[in-house]
Amino acid sequence: MSTAIQNISLSGKKKQVSNKEMTFLERMYLVAIVKGLWITIKHFFRKKATIHYPEQVREFSPVYRGRHMLKRDEQGRENCTACGLCALSCPAEAITMKAEERKKGEEHLYREEKYASIYEINMLRCIFCGLCEEACPKDAIYLTLSKELVPAQYDREDFIFGKDKLVMPLEMALKNTQLKNAN
Amino acid sequence: MDSAFIIEKSVFIVAIFAVTMIMAMYSTWAERKVAAYLQDRVGPNRAGWGGLLQPLADGMKLFAKEEFFPNTPNRFLFIVGPAIAMSTALMTSAVMPWGDKLEIFGRTVILQATDIDVALLYVFGIISVGVYGIMIGGWASNNKFSLMSSVRAASQMVSYEIAMGLSIIALLMMTGTLSLKEIAAQQAGMNWNVFYQPVGFLIFLICAFAETNRTPFDLAECESELIGGYHTEYSSMKMGFYLFAEYANMFISSAILAVLYFGAYNYPGMQWMVDNVGVNAANILGIVVLFIKICFFIFFYMWIRWTIPRFRYDQLMHLGWKILIPLAIVNIMVTGICILVFK
Repeated sequence: MSTAIQNISLSGKKKQVSNKEMTFLERMYLVAIVKGLWITIKHFFRKKATIHYPEQVREFSPVYRGRHMLKRDEQGRENCTACGLCALSCPAEAITMKAEERKKGEEHLYREEKYASIYEINMLRCIFCGLCEEACPKDAIYLTLSKELVPAQYDREDFIFGKDKLVMPLEMALKNTQLKNAN
Repeated sequence: MDSAFIIEKSVFIVAIFAVTMIMAMYSTWAERKVAAYLQDRVGPNRAGWGGLLQPLADGMKLFAKEEFFPNTPNRFLFIVGPAIAMSTALMTSAVMPWGDKLEIFGRTVILQATDIDVALLYVFGIISVGVYGIMIGGWASNNKFSLMSSVRAASQMVSYEIAMGLSIIALLMMTGTLSLKEIAAQQAGMNWNVFYQPVGFLIFLICAFAETNRTPFDLAECESELIGGYHTEYSSMKMGFYLFAEYANMFISSAILAVLYFGAYNYPGMQWMVDNVGVNAANILGIVVLFIKICFFIFFYMWIRWTIPRFRYDQLMHLGWKILIPLAIVNIMVTGICILVFK
C-alpha cells in the first residue's frame, strides 16, 4: 500500500488547514470570547507557578556546582600549591594566582613547599563548569554544594573573590578532621 | 433650605468622593492581582498583607517623581489635560443612586448627591467631556505618538458614543424616564433591565469598554505602537492622575452598568426586608449589593483585559460603525414593536 507523501504524518498530529469562510456565529466572535474567558478564569484558580524567592528556594540539582572553595587538609593546611593548572584549564579565564615559596615556620599553614599568596576568581567570568576542579592535582579547589549564590554588588571589583572568600575556614577543616577520626 | 440638608449633602458628597478614590486606588491593586492570577503568578505581595499597601506605595512613588515638562509650547494645556481627565471622572458619581433611602434622626436621606431628572444625559455629557483630557494632554505633549493617540481616542469616543446613545434609547423607551433614581426604582425585585434588553446591554457593555479606553479598545495607549500613548510625556502625579482617572472611570461605568441594567441596589426580597427588618437595614444591604455588582463589573473589565487582545484600528472602526450602530437601531425598532404589541 502506498500513501502519497503529502498525507504521511509521522507524529500523528498533522492537521489539514482549511481557509473556509466563517459562519455567522463564528464571525460574531461571542462564542470564542466566552471560551477565552473560560480558559482564563480556569487559570485564575490554578496553583501558581511562582516560587517566593527569599522565603522559598528552588530545589537544586544533586550534581549542582556551587561556589568554589580552596580546601585544607586534615591538619588545617592549605592544599593549593599554585601550580596554575586550574587557571590553564579554565575556559573563561577567570582564575589568576601568584605563587610564593613557603618559609620556615609556615609548615603548619601550607602543605606543599610552594603556595598561592594570591588566588583570585572573577565570579563574573566564571561559568561554574568545574574544569578547575578536574584539573587540580592536589585536590585543592572544589565546587561546593553551597546554596549561597554570588551576591549582587555595585562594583565589578567586588566580584573578584580572593583567598579571604575562597579558602575553607580553619574551623571547618578541624571539624571535618574530628568527624573523620570519630568514624 | 435648612442647614441639616446642607450638612447631609456635604457629608454624602465627601463620602462619595472618598469611596470613588478608594475604589480607584484599590482597582490598581486589583488589576495587578487579577492580571497575575490569570497568568498563574501571584502579583504584588510585599507591601502589606497580600500587597494591600501597594497603591499607597505607588502613590508615594509618583509624588516623589520629578515633574517633567517636555519642550512644549503650551505648558498650561499640558497641566489642564490630566486635571480634566480626573475631574470628569469624578463628576459623574454625583447622580448615581447608591441606594434608595435611609432614615437618620427622623430625616429621610436620599442616597444620591443630586437627583436631577436628566441624570442619564448628564452622565453622557460628562463622559464625552472626558475625552478632552486625553486630547488636550496628547496634543500639548508635542510628541507625534501622543498626538496619534489623542486622534485615535477622539475618533474612537465619537464613534462609540453613537452606538452607546442608541442602545440607551431602547432602554429609555421602556423606562420612560431619564432619572437614574427612577430607573433604579423600576427594577425592584428581579425586574432587571438586562432581561428585557439583552442586546442593548451587550452593545452598551462593548461601548463602555471603548469609552473607558480599556482593552480590547485601548488603542489610545497601545504600548507596542504608540509607546504609552497620550501619557508618554507625563511624569509624576500628572501621570498618576491619568492612570487614576482611568480606574475612576472604570468604577463609574461599572456603577452605570449595574444601575441601568443589573437592578442597581435592588436584590430579591428587598421589600420583605423593608417590611420586616427595617428600612435602614434593607437599604444598607442594598448599598452592599450595589457594590458587589460594581466589583463584579470591575473584575469583568480586568478579566476581559487579560483575555482578549487589542483590536486593529480599522477593526475597531468597522465594529463601531458597521456593526454596533445598525444593531442598536434594529434593537430600537424591535423594542418599539414589542412595546406596541405587549403593552
